[in-house]
Amino acid sequence: MIELEDVAYSYGRAELFAQLNLSLAPGSFHFLTGPSGAGKTTLLKLCYGELSATAGQVRLFGQDATTLERDGIAMIRRRIGVVHQDCQFLDHLPVAENIALPLKVASREAEAVGNLDDLLAWVGLRAQANQTPPQLSGGERQRAALARAVIMSPDVIIADEPTGNVDWEMSQRLLTLLVELNKMGKTVLIATHDLNLIRTAKKQVSARVLRLKDRQLHQAGAEL
Amino acid sequence: MRLAIRDVLALIAGDPQADRAVPPTGFTARLTLFTAAAMAFLAVFAMALSLATGRLADRWSEELARTSTLRISAPADQAAAQARRAIAVLETTPGVAAARPLTAEEQRNLLEPWFGPDLPIDALPIPQLIEIIEEGSGYDPIGLRARLQAEVPGAVLDDHTRWREPLVAAAGRLRMLGWLAIALIGLATGAMITLAAQSALAANAQVIRVMRLVGAQDSYIARAFVRRFTQRALMGAAIGTLLGMIAVFALPDADVAGGFLTGLGFRGAGWIWPLLVPPLAAVVAFLATRAAAMRTLGEQS
Ligand SMILES: Nc1ncnc2c1ncn2[C@@H]1O[C@H](COP(=O)(O)OP(=O)(O)OP(=O)(O)O)[C@@H](O)[C@H]1O
Ligand SMILES: [Mg+2]
Repeated sequence: MIELEDVAYSYGRAELFAQLNLSLAPGSFHFLTGPSGAGKTTLLKLCYGELSATAGQVRLFGQDATTLERDGIAMIRRRIGVVHQDCQFLDHLPVAENIALPLKVASREAEAVGNLDDLLAWVGLRAQANQTPPQLSGGERQRAALARAVIMSPDVIIADEPTGNVDWEMSQRLLTLLVELNKMGKTVLIATHDLNLIRTAKKQVSARVLRLKDRQLHQAGAEL
Repeated sequence: MRLAIRDVLALIAGDPQADRAVPPTGFTARLTLFTAAAMAFLAVFAMALSLATGRLADRWSEELARTSTLRISAPADQAAAQARRAIAVLETTPGVAAARPLTAEEQRNLLEPWFGPDLPIDALPIPQLIEIIEEGSGYDPIGLRARLQAEVPGAVLDDHTRWREPLVAAAGRLRMLGWLAIALIGLATGAMITLAAQSALAANAQVIRVMRLVGAQDSYIARAFVRRFTQRALMGAAIGTLLGMIAVFALPDADVAGGFLTGLGFRGAGWIWPLLVPPLAAVVAFLATRAAAMRTLGEQS
């Protein structure tokens, strides 16, 4: 689905990583860990086409990311649900409409009818459905972002710290949602610092843990 | 252009919810509305001017080209004979449909505005006038003058061309200026709407970013802006056009003066012309906003 081959990325002169390889097979479940500032968010951005690699090749659904036009990137984004670390919303629209936005821009609004209510209930935002994003707490915003990422039923779900601001119980709920989607065949990639979350997940699915450190991606051992 | 028309139709028929993605911008909205209204108002006047001068030019060239006058100044005892001879010459001239001497009554009517109704016309040495009505492409004035000089020494041919041509040319020029003014109004409207659209796009950079992140294509994002500006321009232009038409309609009817100003207005089917202004303004707004949006979205990627 998503393949990175000998990829390097640098902001200006500072090179974050080089010669990096990553392959997300369909239906796989990956965690991405590593120290703060190692470049996890950057790596995820390469995976959904917001940034393009300074060297190497990124293939998204078999297409070379560098050859994609803006409309091509838009089509890719409809197949990848993303939870951004700094959840970005349209602040003037109610939460419910923000969550349904991916369907709306793809002219698939009809699908929102039943899904939206169920999803709002699952992430515990029913009561906040008509509030605007700036009125939500940090954790509520993260839940809304996750709901928006999965409403399209995308092939791939990429989540950057999706549980950073929520309590343990809610993070379990969000994880369960991702695990269930993975069981339906969706590919999942989660960047997180939360080792407890990873341990819990490993009891439910066969998840691989990748660690980004010293400009390289390592397979984390069995210590987790 | 075909694509643009299809897009315009889609805008009218399409889902008005789509532009909720862009937050309302009260200031640019009012600015666009006002600009479109003011420009439409001006366009209606420019149109009225063009149509009026057009009518004037047509009437002058039609009427004046069709007739000319022969003036016979001769001693009283020869006048009648010379008039008869002149008519004989005219009747054998190609391009002349008819020639007839004006009656004393008609001549008095012509002079009345200048000398009053009590003119003792029989007592004055007034030249006899002969009206010539042309046909086809008219007669050859140089040839006719030569023949008249030989046969009717007291005849002077006044074929109006001397003073007709500059007037018709002036009217034609005025008409052209009217259309040029309309074109300039259209361009200025486009320029102002481009500026307003650009400021709206810049103010909504974050909105555009979020829409991109969730997979919106440029055309979708542009549509939200284009729809708004097109609708505002259409509404503003409709208001301006209506006011302009009322103003033209309310122009005082000064037919007595017989001058050019009386003609300023729309006649019959001419009232359809100003109705084209609002849709035209909408098309201008559509094209201007779409170009601005596509350019800005291209730069912001
Ligand atoms: N737009 C940018 N311009 C310049 N440098 C940047 C930019 N974005 C990130 N960086 C730098 O790149 C490095 C990696 O950032 P990144 O956000 O990928 O880290 P991260 O692993 O996600 O960290 P965290 O765990 O804190 O989220 C950081 O040192 C950061 O300062
Ligand atoms: Mg990060």
